Amino acid sequence: MATFLGINLFGLFGQLLVGLINGSFYALLSLGLAIIFGLLKIINFAQGAMYMLGAFAAWLALQYIGINYWAALVVVPLAVGFVGVMMERFLIRPIANEDHLYSLLLTFGLALMIQGVFTHLYGSSGQSYAIPEELRGGTKLPFMYLPDYRAWIIVASVVVCGLTWWMIEKTKLGAYLRAGTENPQLMQAFGINVPLIVTLTFGFGVGLAGLAGVLAAPIYSVSPDMGSNLLIVVFAIVVIGGMGSIGGAILTGLGMGIIEGLTKYFYPEASNTVIFLVMVIVLLLKPAGLFGKEA
Amino acid sequence: MKINKFYLALLLLALVAPFFLYPVFLAKLLCFALFACAFNLMLGYVGLLSFGHAAFLGTGGYVTGWLMMNSGLTPELAILLGTVAAGLLGAIFGKLSVKREGIYFAMVTLALSQLVFFIYLQAPFTGGEDGMQGVPRGNLFGVIDLSDNINMYYFVLAIFLFGFWLVHRTIHSPFGQILKGIRENEARATSLGYNVNDYKWVAFTISSALAGLAGSTKTLVFQLASLTDVHWHMSGEVVLMTLVGGVGTILGPVVGAGVIVTMQNYLSGGELGNYLHIIMGFIFVVCVLAFRSGIVGELQKVWKRNFG
Repeated sequence: MATFLGINLFGLFGQLLVGLINGSFYALLSLGLAIIFGLLKIINFAQGAMYMLGAFAAWLALQYIGINYWAALVVVPLAVGFVGVMMERFLIRPIANEDHLYSLLLTFGLALMIQGVFTHLYGSSGQSYAIPEELRGGTKLPFMYLPDYRAWIIVASVVVCGLTWWMIEKTKLGAYLRAGTENPQLMQAFGINVPLIVTLTFGFGVGLAGLAGVLAAPIYSVSPDMGSNLLIVVFAIVVIGGMGSIGGAILTGLGMGIIEGLTKYFYPEASNTVIFLVMVIVLLLKPAGLFGKEA
Repeated sequence: MKINKFYLALLLLALVAPFFLYPVFLAKLLCFALFACAFNLMLGYVGLLSFGHAAFLGTGGYVTGWLMMNSGLTPELAILLGTVAAGLLGAIFGKLSVKREGIYFAMVTLALSQLVFFIYLQAPFTGGEDGMQGVPRGNLFGVIDLSDNINMYYFVLAIFLFGFWLVHRTIHSPFGQILKGIRENEARATSLGYNVNDYKWVAFTISSALAGLAGSTKTLVFQLASLTDVHWHMSGEVVLMTLVGGVGTILGPVVGAGVIVTMQNYLSGGELGNYLHIIMGFIFVVCVLAFRSGIVGELQKVWKRNFG
């Protein structure tokens, strides 16, 4: 491989970039999970399927209706979010009072179904989605070549995560949401429509996964199982970060992406497993997770 | 003792079954029934949902497969070592995962089993994507030829009965009572002076060793160990079997495994094979929404209402 110092750095920065991009997706997905968990106390096993749904929706929209990338970036998350709203309202709410493990199993079953339907319709080999024209160029940096689209993913993810964080931590709507997390009964008593907030929150969390799917469509192949493997990594990240804080979910997501990228460079054999190993270490040293509150 | 007669009838049925049905299919069914019983020990009696039990099934299978192909050990020893290996892995997993509860426990076990999946994918001894093929069945105790399907079936039946008995014994022992106590009210169990995490850990280790026993036996039956057994789909399947049969009932996992394995067998050959995952997902959703007690659980309710 690399023998010159310059080439070494080139490879290192390349892998760091890949890591940052993966981290962007980890951050978006774990943020969505954390938001949903905050209010509903459930983990959405279908989050990976929703990410896949987002990518497929973008691909289908371009293929059959001619909706371009930029429009898809707005429409698809809304559509996926709507699927989430329906899911919460008609499937999850009826069993909200049962053990939370049941809602977890429910979302797992839904994920199997959605993935199965797309495998049946489009096969398991991936579809390709062209990078939008505006972002096909790139910039030459001292140690690496930075394609515009990759830079865009990182910027978009950081901006969306930042806005979500700001909305939850600094606005009145966010205050309702945090209050609902603390004590839903009291909120309800104050005349706030808690079930509606729960439904919309679920839709928003799922919509984030849809957005991640659209962002991913041009660089990863759009395939039915693109979400399930990613989701398990995101679960490990959630365990590492703990679900105590929104900011924690974002930072852990990006951080783990970078660690994965570095591993790809220094010890590629472990790149698949490094995040799980970090999880093991965190469980040994700080079982509640880096940002976790529960014991 | 009405219940004993019932079990005796079931045992008789199991003894004559290979003369009417394909023995390899029956052996497969028993392997999955044992796997589901092992899983149910955690979900049904400790209240912890493990989403990583495929790791133990697969580990048992790979270790037994490797030993049969490379060591010249007799099958019962290869199975024993496969079970021990899965139990050791379970002890490690258990130490890590019982620190977290509920949903976190499910995520930790899922992530750990994915770690194992990647290790087996890359490790040279597992054969990677091809798996281990043509594992010899060998001679039981060096004398009984297991390549005969009927012999194999009775061997599997004996293993299953041992596993089933062990789960039954565990649940009805003082240890099992404490596990149920933890499931019902963990804080109370702690305040009574029980080290809750230790009990969970021991239960998890037993459960994973039994899952390994199921995997070891399965490898011998099919003469194959592959990544399918370690994949998270398999972890999901065992959850589904237990859910369909009835979580927290003794016979539920056996019935559930019977239903799901039979269904897979009929579907995978025909037109509907492509729909297998969709159908399984659908059964999951229906079970959770409308049928949470499972087949055995519902039957018990009916029994209690009419004769109880």
